[in-house]
Amino acid sequence: MPIQPLIDAATAAETMADVKPPLAAQEARVEASRCLFCFDAPCIMACPTGIDVPTFIRKITTDNVVGAARTILEANVLGASCARVCPTQMLCEGACVMLDLEKDPIQIGRLQRFATDHVAANRIDVLTAPQIKDAGRVAVLGAGPAGLGCAAELARLGYAVTVYDRKPAGGGLNTYGIAVYKMRPEVSLDEVRMIERLGVEFRYGVEVGRDVQCADLARDCDAIFIGIGLGGANRLGIPGEDLPEVVDALEFIDWIHTRPLEQVPVGRRVAVLGCGNTAIDAVTQAKRLGAEEATIIYRRGPAEMSAYAFEYDLAKMDGATFLFDTMPVEVLAADGHVSALRLARTVVRDGRVEVVPGSEWTQPCDLVLKAVGQEKQVRLLERLFPGLKLDRQGRVEHDPATMRTSLSTVFVGGDAANGGREVVNAVAEGKKAARGIHAMLTGKAVTGPVQPSRHGTADGATGSGFNHPIRVHELEAALTKG
Amino acid sequence: MADLSIDFAGIKSPNPFWVASGPPSNTAYQAHRAFEAGWGGVVWKTIGEPIVNVSSRYSGLTLGGMRLAGFNNIELISDRSPETNFREIADVKKRWPKHAVIASLMVDTRERWHEFVTRSADCGADGIELNFGCPHGMCERGMGSAVGQNPDVAETIVGWVMEKATIPVIVKLTPNITNVVYAARAAKKAGAHAISLINTINSITNVNLDTLVPEPFVAGRSSHGGYCGPAVKPIALNMVHACAADPQVGLPISGIGGIGTWRDAAEFVALGSTSLQVCTAIMHHGFRIVEDMTDGLSAYLDSKGMRSLAELRGRAVPQVGNWQQLDLHYKRVARIDYEKCIGCNLCHIACEDGAHQCIDLVDAAPYGLGPGRVPGKPVPKVRENDCVGCNLCSIVCPVDGCITMTPVDTGRPPMTWHDYQAGLAAGTIQPILPHP
Ligand SMILES: Cc1cc2nc3c(=O)[nH]c(=O)nc-3n(C[C@H](O)[C@H](O)[C@H](O)COP(=O)(O)OP(=O)(O)OC[C@H]3O[C@@H](n4cnc5c(N)ncnc54)[C@H](O)[C@@H]3O)c2cc1C
Ligand SMILES: Cc1cc2nc3c(=O)[nH]c(=O)nc-3n(C[C@H](O)[C@H](O)[C@H](O)COP(=O)(O)O)c2cc1C
Ligand code: SF4
Ligand code: SF4
Repeated sequence: MPIQPLIDAATAAETMADVKPPLAAQEARVEASRCLFCFDAPCIMACPTGIDVPTFIRKITTDNVVGAARTILEANVLGASCARVCPTQMLCEGACVMLDLEKDPIQIGRLQRFATDHVAANRIDVLTAPQIKDAGRVAVLGAGPAGLGCAAELARLGYAVTVYDRKPAGGGLNTYGIAVYKMRPEVSLDEVRMIERLGVEFRYGVEVGRDVQCADLARDCDAIFIGIGLGGANRLGIPGEDLPEVVDALEFIDWIHTRPLEQVPVGRRVAVLGCGNTAIDAVTQAKRLGAEEATIIYRRGPAEMSAYAFEYDLAKMDGATFLFDTMPVEVLAADGHVSALRLARTVVRDGRVEVVPGSEWTQPCDLVLKAVGQEKQVRLLERLFPGLKLDRQGRVEHDPATMRTSLSTVFVGGDAANGGREVVNAVAEGKKAARGIHAMLTGKAVTGPVQPSRHGTADGATGSGFNHPIRVHELEAALTKG
Repeated sequence: MADLSIDFAGIKSPNPFWVASGPPSNTAYQAHRAFEAGWGGVVWKTIGEPIVNVSSRYSGLTLGGMRLAGFNNIELISDRSPETNFREIADVKKRWPKHAVIASLMVDTRERWHEFVTRSADCGADGIELNFGCPHGMCERGMGSAVGQNPDVAETIVGWVMEKATIPVIVKLTPNITNVVYAARAAKKAGAHAISLINTINSITNVNLDTLVPEPFVAGRSSHGGYCGPAVKPIALNMVHACAADPQVGLPISGIGGIGTWRDAAEFVALGSTSLQVCTAIMHHGFRIVEDMTDGLSAYLDSKGMRSLAELRGRAVPQVGNWQQLDLHYKRVARIDYEKCIGCNLCHIACEDGAHQCIDLVDAAPYGLGPGRVPGKPVPKVRENDCVGCNLCSIVCPVDGCITMTPVDTGRPPMTWHDYQAGLAAGTIQPILPHP
């Protein structure tokens, strides 16, 4: 049977509502007043964009909410989406000193949302850029978080920036990929409009390599930024993979972002292959869109899954089931539509996954979502930029301080550079690349904003996460080492 | 962006925020850091004959988890030599010519005052602040608040200073006095250019119930210290207003006492301050707090359509006056928003035991229930006829915007105490009946 939508609009509004709802004004003030306003605060070190967290939180306590938003957005132009989508447990909140007091960490993400929502709702532009863009010309490929981070910073430095994206709207995965119960696409589109108002030009529906050529861009521009992210889902290589109900999880998620929720087709029994954060988002959203059963199928054990623990917990709470040490061997069909998966038990020997002979069984399902990792855009990059160096994993090689690639006027950031991390990493790298471009063209360095600190820019486990992106566990290791 | 720059009795400063005389203004190193962080001026730690301090000098008042709600110290003036202090002021002035650096002074004889006033001008200071306020240690030696508490003595000393002063002179007033206005008038009479207030208030913050010695503990004893920090702001605001409203004072005011945020600052300006000084909040969080203070203050001025601080200065002064000028016929009553009420009933018990017994607990059925309310639990209901509008319930209510004090029309024209007395005398008004 072909799949179809399962729930009505009212139910969808409820099941897909924000898992982290906004804070009311009094809640925000009370939460903000818990913050100790630490000096050389670990939360700043653990934010990849180095937002001066204590400063923006203090501004909330004094009712200077616009100022709070300015502190956030000057460091991170996508502060509104990051407030919702950052895995804060692994980042700022995971580093909060409150944890050492055995108390709940300050809810930095929700406070960040409170401040950025305030300026968005009241249509206050806290960022400014020079009207006349005479510093130079830059082409940005991809309007995802990396491209936006780069474009906004360049516009603020006075560059004329054109962003090209093949999609009909900007935001990249922020608009088309993030689980809807974390963030509505409108938030991302609003951010794009804010960046438009900084004087950045966007050209949508333009596929780089087909509709525009990099050689032409290189001729017209002083620099090019690559922010094209990753490609489609990796192939499974099993029979039945091309049946209509075997869908790239990202495509399923794209439906959720481009159709009214009550019109998104979903199976009654959904199988999700893979166990990263994308798989979790897919299984959870399938469940919330009315799937009766939604199962994650993963070839290894829970210890090896790349999904964050809190994402795993969320999926379990939503009633998703998990089949570990299991892999698909064939997708079965009835009347040309998916009817079941043939599965087999696996064991891991010497780090390699092996099928247990004779362990196969059939599990009925009507939708298979592939979430076994995204391809790198290796072929496209090689075609677009002859001579561009990629590493073994297909990531564009770059200088981490300036994001400059092996080609002197080409810069990179985001998933294309780091192989797939978070939105906040992508924005930070885009911004860093903008500063790298500015330094290349003018010889001038841009610094800050960093918290006024004597240690602020020193090496090691101090200072801003923008200069030294560090995860909570890395931060802890660095601090214990001394 | 509103203009935050000020001209305080001829002392120019890029913004009104000055580091108050105290530990944060002790050295050139700190002054540089303060200016780098965005402060507009520094009032140097009081310079005089170098003193000797004790070990253990501060104590704090923690209220409901808030540290330094109040702060107390038994420190004296600078323990560095005048040479060092004046040399460092000269250094700082060289690097920060547009910022205000003010020498705070405290000495005893006329000759010494002459000498220190001259040296202050010679080192390039933009002004002089006379510390007539320190409530401990120095007053026992006939300085500090011993001077500030005696308007005649203060006038004499300001007179000595004015004999030699070539730069603006600010007199820093002590709050440890019955009426601060007399001291302010003395400063004016002797020719001072400005006043600053308040210095710290005599205090004992606590008693250790095991040792029976208060903190700060010094070898089994303690001493009365100077109190400051957020807790003293209401006292400071009152004194600033008193000086701003007094027609005989008429001097620019530097407001001090419990300032830590732009909101505090705006309140001091609205009550007549031109510059603002901060000590405790810096001792708590460092110089970095000034960023929100300037940012928040200019955003506030912008939001009110004011282009400069001058447009805010003193705007609240006329609204505060004698009790006799208040309208006896004005009435407001408490109104409860049942959508917001969480059912703690603190308003009821506060009114019942602490005020006027006009909030009843009644059957909840006819009222909407707010989130978190236990169904069936009675709800507080104000008997508006009996409500005297004292504000108590709205002050104890833990939910923002739940109890609103709402003006009601009594249908009676405004009547002050003076009007009332005149009306009674003329026989045109019936006496207001005492409460039953
Ligand atoms: C399902 C899913 C859920 C996620 N959830 C989270 C989360 O909760 N929190 C979090 O922090 N991160 C999350 N991430 C990761 C995050 O979305 C990415 O790290 C981030 O979006 C990377 O930004 P980017 O700009 O590098 O790439 P993208 O967001 O992928 O943007 C790339 C852009 O380039 C465009 N493009 C590509 N090729 C071309 C071309 N040839 N011509 C023109 N345009 C092109 C694309 O259309 C796209 O708009 C998630 C990722 C996925 C897949
Ligand atoms: C530890 C300490 C030392 C102080 N020393 C001086 C001083 O030397 N001279 C002076 O005029 N005031 C001194 N003060 C008073 C402050 O300048 C200021 O008037 C007072 O603390 C109130 O402001 P605040 O509430 O911002 O702290 C001192 C205050 C503290 C806390
Ligand atoms: S951007 Fe993300 S990591 Fe940085 S402070 Fe905000 S929520 Fe935390
Ligand atoms: S670590 Fe926690 S308490 Fe400290 S500044 Fe950051 S959010 Fe506030």
